[in-house]
Amino acid sequence: MSFMPKPKVANPGLPVNALGLNRRDYEGGMSTLCAGCGHDSVTAAIVQACYELALPPQSVAKFSGIGCSSKTTAYFVAGAHGFNAVHGRMPSIAAGAHAANRHLHCIGVSGDGDSLSIGLGQFAHAIRRNPDMLYLIENNGVYGLTKGQFSASADVGSRSRKGDVNEQRPIDPVLLALALGAPFVARSFSGDKEQLVPLIKAGLACGGFALIDVLSPCVTFNDHEGSTKSYAYVREHREAPVAVDYVAPRREIEVRYAPGEVLPVTLHDGSNVLLRKLDPDYDPTDRARAAAFVQERALANEYVTGLIYMEPERRDFHTRHRTAEEALNALPFERLCPGAGRLAEIQRGFR
Amino acid sequence: MLPTDTQDPDHYHRVVDCQWACPAHTDVPEYIRLIALGRYGDAYLVNRQTNVFPGILGRVCDRPCEPACRRTRVEARPVAICRLKRVAADLREDITARLPRAPARGNGKRVACIGAGPASLTVANDLVPLGYSVVIFEQHAQAGGLMRTNIPSFRLPAAVLDEEIGYITAMGAELRLGTPITSLAALLEPGDFDAVFVGSGAPRGKELRLPGRDDSDRIHIGIAWLESVAFGHVTSIGERVLIIGVGNTAMDCCRSSLRLGAKSVRVMARKPRGFFKASEWELEDAEEESVEIVVNHAPKAFVIRDGRLQGMRFDRLEYEMDGERITAQRIVEEVFVPCDDVILAIGQENAFPWIERDLGIEFDAQDLPRVDPVTLASTRRGVFFGGDAAFGPKNIIHAVAQGHEAALSIDLHCRGESLTERPPRGVTLQSRRIGMHDWSYRNDYDARERRLVPHVSLRERFARLDVEVELGFDAARAAEEVRRCLNCDIQTVFDAPLCIECDACIDICPTDCLTITADGEPAEVLARLRAPRQHPEQPLYISAALRQSGRIMVKDEDLCVHCGLCAERCPTNAWDMQKSWVHIPQAGDEARCQSEPQRRRA
Repeated sequence: MSFMPKPKVANPGLPVNALGLNRRDYEGGMSTLCAGCGHDSVTAAIVQACYELALPPQSVAKFSGIGCSSKTTAYFVAGAHGFNAVHGRMPSIAAGAHAANRHLHCIGVSGDGDSLSIGLGQFAHAIRRNPDMLYLIENNGVYGLTKGQFSASADVGSRSRKGDVNEQRPIDPVLLALALGAPFVARSFSGDKEQLVPLIKAGLACGGFALIDVLSPCVTFNDHEGSTKSYAYVREHREAPVAVDYVAPRREIEVRYAPGEVLPVTLHDGSNVLLRKLDPDYDPTDRARAAAFVQERALANEYVTGLIYMEPERRDFHTRHRTAEEALNALPFERLCPGAGRLAEIQRGFR
Repeated sequence: MLPTDTQDPDHYHRVVDCQWACPAHTDVPEYIRLIALGRYGDAYLVNRQTNVFPGILGRVCDRPCEPACRRTRVEARPVAICRLKRVAADLREDITARLPRAPARGNGKRVACIGAGPASLTVANDLVPLGYSVVIFEQHAQAGGLMRTNIPSFRLPAAVLDEEIGYITAMGAELRLGTPITSLAALLEPGDFDAVFVGSGAPRGKELRLPGRDDSDRIHIGIAWLESVAFGHVTSIGERVLIIGVGNTAMDCCRSSLRLGAKSVRVMARKPRGFFKASEWELEDAEEESVEIVVNHAPKAFVIRDGRLQGMRFDRLEYEMDGERITAQRIVEEVFVPCDDVILAIGQENAFPWIERDLGIEFDAQDLPRVDPVTLASTRRGVFFGGDAAFGPKNIIHAVAQGHEAALSIDLHCRGESLTERPPRGVTLQSRRIGMHDWSYRNDYDARERRLVPHVSLRERFARLDVEVELGFDAARAAEEVRRCLNCDIQTVFDAPLCIECDACIDICPTDCLTITADGEPAEVLARLRAPRQHPEQPLYISAALRQSGRIMVKDEDLCVHCGLCAERCPTNAWDMQKSWVHIPQAGDEARCQSEPQRRRA
């Protein structure tokens, strides 16, 4: 970490987005994470994505639980709403906020401990409910805040800094999300913003629960030889069958691709996600084969990164429950609270 | 791209914009930090090491460092470098005991310096401590050259001049005042001197040949007039004064006129404002004193009636501009401007009537001596030129820089060594890390704006000619201004093999100067920089290939504010903040010079 906030001085040549804000306007507080922590790069990727999407800061809601990862939300979009929940309980808080206001851009940031250990139940049910939110797991395979014990995502055979070997099977959030029906599943690497930033943009726009499992090395406790989540290991053991380009609404898809090479997916807000196939045999719309591919490659000690699965038509929380379009705080009081008479009427219907 | 050769002493030197721009390469950030610590005497001596006259230059330097200051690129105005130099001089404790001195026994070599201006005094300053006996010949009764005669005392008090020149005479330089050299041959012939340095300046003001020029005694030549004012021969001037020309001499003339009784002073400029030769701050100071600067007037004739100067006729011009370039001009009308005195300040030139042309010293078509720009040697062995005498009028800091180079050459010459085999420049780096997140310099960016120097009120300053207008910063104000310095000499030094490409430095850099990207042709690499390159003249740092991905780290030095966050956020110490000392060799440094093959040809 550093003990001094990033100076306010900026490059005078910094461009601005449609709102007249530059990238620095989407930053947050000073990070107190370790120097070189992957999470800080994830923060930078979120800042970049929010800037490029020209999100009004007040339209963003940030949610997190407990852990190094969960500190991240303090470090981006200072003007956003935020809620730092109890350990592992972020998904229900986020789902509640989304239920009350579907127009918020909900960003949940969690870690392998927060989502795959104490919060696994909440995580699984959030996927089932399918709220429109971006759910980032900053996955480093260790409990950094308690000095580097193996977490639930540690791979079999991975060594701790002291030399212990992990023998328990890992929980892979990507496989879990595929199994539980998430409409947008991706994996990325904190050290590859060219891949991560478009994924975050597409995930924010996809209209449902978007999971991005970000391999985000713990520079202090899990960046040594023998670790399967170090910078060097991840860099050498990843492959991406599909690359994603995000095209904002009302923007022409300018780049020309050979037929069959690109699959454009139009989202509910009119934006397009271009799925560029790097592996011609891979089909990112086939859930079962996606899961099989991830498992196969895991056996070969490879991380599948990039977009893994996408299903934009899946009905989200609000569609399923036929809720009001307006945020609850924007509904007139008479509609929000129709009164004792209306309640009695409803109760009569159950008699 | 080829990795940057950081062993080249110029690489890190260029990052320190002020030091690079200074002809004498004063270590500006170092002395600014010393001022911040209240170590004014140390700050003064750091200055003196390279620029010899901190008290003088802290008032009247042409300050090429300030337009170069990095602060102008991240904010509007540069650090008040020159004013801070004056703070070091004004607030210093007695440092006389720490000044160099002549050794008890000399080396038996004798050097003559002609003219007691900044160039000659610098030569003496460098050579006397090495054991040379240096004799300075000065035509006037006081030393200082142009610093004494052409810079009015309301900008540069005589006491400051006397003190800093006194340091050099106290070392053991022999000053022969009132001793003009009328024949170089007569000086050279007896063979009394092993080397002669000509630092006689550019003492002749340019003439303006127009009708009526010789018909009045109220038409003065600027530098000669200033000299007469400096020595008290002129104590008054008419009520209405016209100054022709708009350089720094013109500014001194107009402000001096106001102090000698002029009520209305106009500076007549031929061209529009963008073409003025005067420094911006000197124009400001003159205009503050209600001097009127009239643009686009070309002088045509002096109007004399009954032997009295009535005024001047001008052609009023109109220019067609293409950006900042004049493409055409036309005369709009002729105007008459009445006045009592005219001062011509349109430049000055060298004059060497006292150098015989059969001494083996070659002169070019402009009657300037042929002088080697590096060694400052003339075409006659043992005769050197420096300052305005060598290459025409420039300024004090250039004269000082040339004085150092000439002293080095004289030392080489007197020891029978080649003038072109000069000791190499060097750079020394030392880490400023004193803890996990602690640096031995103040690395936080301070957004405050440039502090203003207080001036004597307009009512008081005209009381006497020698009321110094600028009051200088007091300690409190200086302490604020020093915080604006970006510490450009605390270099970001990168060690490529240590980098794990975690992106921490890229993410934290406030001004986006860092990029990790694939190697390639320069044009494509530059196109991928995180922030487009705005000043291509600023250096780039290109690392060797990084270990994990083979990509390269690129740093555009342009906007780096040296906050050190890249190094603070670096988990492997691949980035470090290191103070650079640029070593510019001076006379006597030969002993410290490395082995023969490491010497570079100058």
